[in-house]
Amino acid sequence: MYSLGIESTADDFSVGIVSSDGEVLANIIDAYKSESGGIHPREAARHHADVAGKVIQRAFIEAGVTPKDIDIIAFSQGPGLGPCLRTGATAARALASYLNVPLVGVNHCVAHIEIGKLINRAEDPVTLYVSGGNTIVSAFEAGRYRIFGETLDIAVGNCLDVFAREAGLKMEEGKPPGRIVEEYASRGERYISLPYLVKGMDLSFSGLLTAAINLLREGRYKLEDVCFSFQEVAFSMLAEVTERALAHTEKTEVLLTGGVAANKRLQEMIRLIAEEHNARFCKVPKEYALDNGAMIAWTGILSYKCNITTPISKSYVKLKWRLDEVDVPWVEGEC
Amino acid sequence: MLIKKGAEANLYLEERFGRRVIIKRRLAKKYRIPELDNELRTYRTIHEAQIIHRAKEAGVPTPIILLIDISRKEIVMEYIHGRRIKEVLEEASSKERENICREIGRLIGKLHSNGIIHGDLTTSNMILTSDNRIVLIDFGLSEQTKELEARGVDLHLMRRCLQSSHYSHAEEAFEAIMKGYSEIVGEKETLNVLDKIKDIEKRGRYISGR
Repeated sequence: MYSLGIESTADDFSVGIVSSDGEVLANIIDAYKSESGGIHPREAARHHADVAGKVIQRAFIEAGVTPKDIDIIAFSQGPGLGPCLRTGATAARALASYLNVPLVGVNHCVAHIEIGKLINRAEDPVTLYVSGGNTIVSAFEAGRYRIFGETLDIAVGNCLDVFAREAGLKMEEGKPPGRIVEEYASRGERYISLPYLVKGMDLSFSGLLTAAINLLREGRYKLEDVCFSFQEVAFSMLAEVTERALAHTEKTEVLLTGGVAANKRLQEMIRLIAEEHNARFCKVPKEYALDNGAMIAWTGILSYKCNITTPISKSYVKLKWRLDEVDVPWVEGEC
Repeated sequence: MLIKKGAEANLYLEERFGRRVIIKRRLAKKYRIPELDNELRTYRTIHEAQIIHRAKEAGVPTPIILLIDISRKEIVMEYIHGRRIKEVLEEASSKERENICREIGRLIGKLHSNGIIHGDLTTSNMILTSDNRIVLIDFGLSEQTKELEARGVDLHLMRRCLQSSHYSHAEEAFEAIMKGYSEIVGEKETLNVLDKIKDIEKRGRYISGR
């Protein structure tokens, strides 16, 4: 059985084709780029509409399958930016009705966890999912991926992006802003105190962002030192909440995923925590950690096997669809 | 002697100043740079001690703090002799349970009306002493705020604990707690907080799994 998955929650339009035994046959990602940085939802959606046909075609060629071989069409139904989600959903509905195969609406956050588990052969991890739009610490309990901690305001990836832009860091083609902050941070030496905000199990990054920008504007500190301190504080917050979730659940795997997961310093911190708690550290390769179609296709298969499909009349997008609203019956092997 | 290993701190039972004491030591974390690690552990050690003290001022029994050792990130405090409410509630008669829960409610009410959120209200963090006082311990997650949301979450966690550890009389126990709470904060505020709890429980993340 083959599943074609369409991902379009934010700036990436991606199509993946995955087989029911978990083999990824294609995973094509086409990113929208804006000149000023950030994402303009309507323009990103226009980009998605422009490239959709081409990306779908490339996925078929790379996978070596024809549209007739596809058994289900999966798409990211939320959470995400409205115009972007709607573009992907429209493509998915059109494909499903044209091919006359079931449509499966997939939660984007669930998909990140599932592909990470598949790639790492992990069974039941505590997951730290960090990207431009999401910051979530979660673990499976009683039928759902429960949220142990999450951001109360902006996502950590957004925090890094805005900081990079405000700091006027020179952007380079093909490098996310967070990567450039990481490079400066690696040359920093001096720690400057910044607001560290963990509230219970939840995190807040907006105060840290403002304070770091103000620090730069003061002009008393080296850019490298501010990047270093900024990163240390943001990631220590993530690490602390992840460690608490790990200690509380006593799970034996830690999965780090999302766009920010590419950061080496964050990887090191989570690895240290995993070691401390005798858990296995599971890293996700970039093409599966970033937003991608393969994760949607794979989660589509898992859902479909549990008889979860989405009739077209119920395939409207859900902009604020929370991870913990989704039943994931396949995790406990009930189907 | 190590008696409890936590994610953030360890608890030790020791002899100091000729008496039994509990030492709460915040542990250094390898993943943090030493400067930040030191800053956080220092701040939290001081903050916890301050809140324990403020709770006492609000009329809530808490352990007496004997020493705060900033360099070792330690709070040395009185060892509370008694039995955990967790066990007491299981054996108590329905009348005793009602009285204990009312008193717990009054204590939470005193904390909240003084802007203190305990942050980890469980029946394991309350001790009934031989002179019939209920002492609240472990202020490691506490904060100072008057926000309704924070008070709601605090009480919601209390209810969650009752539901998981004292299943057969959870609702009756919680009602008694809210009665005691109401004696301190008044009826209007109690209704506000109960509404907030409903709100919180409706959110996906708090749908109780078990």
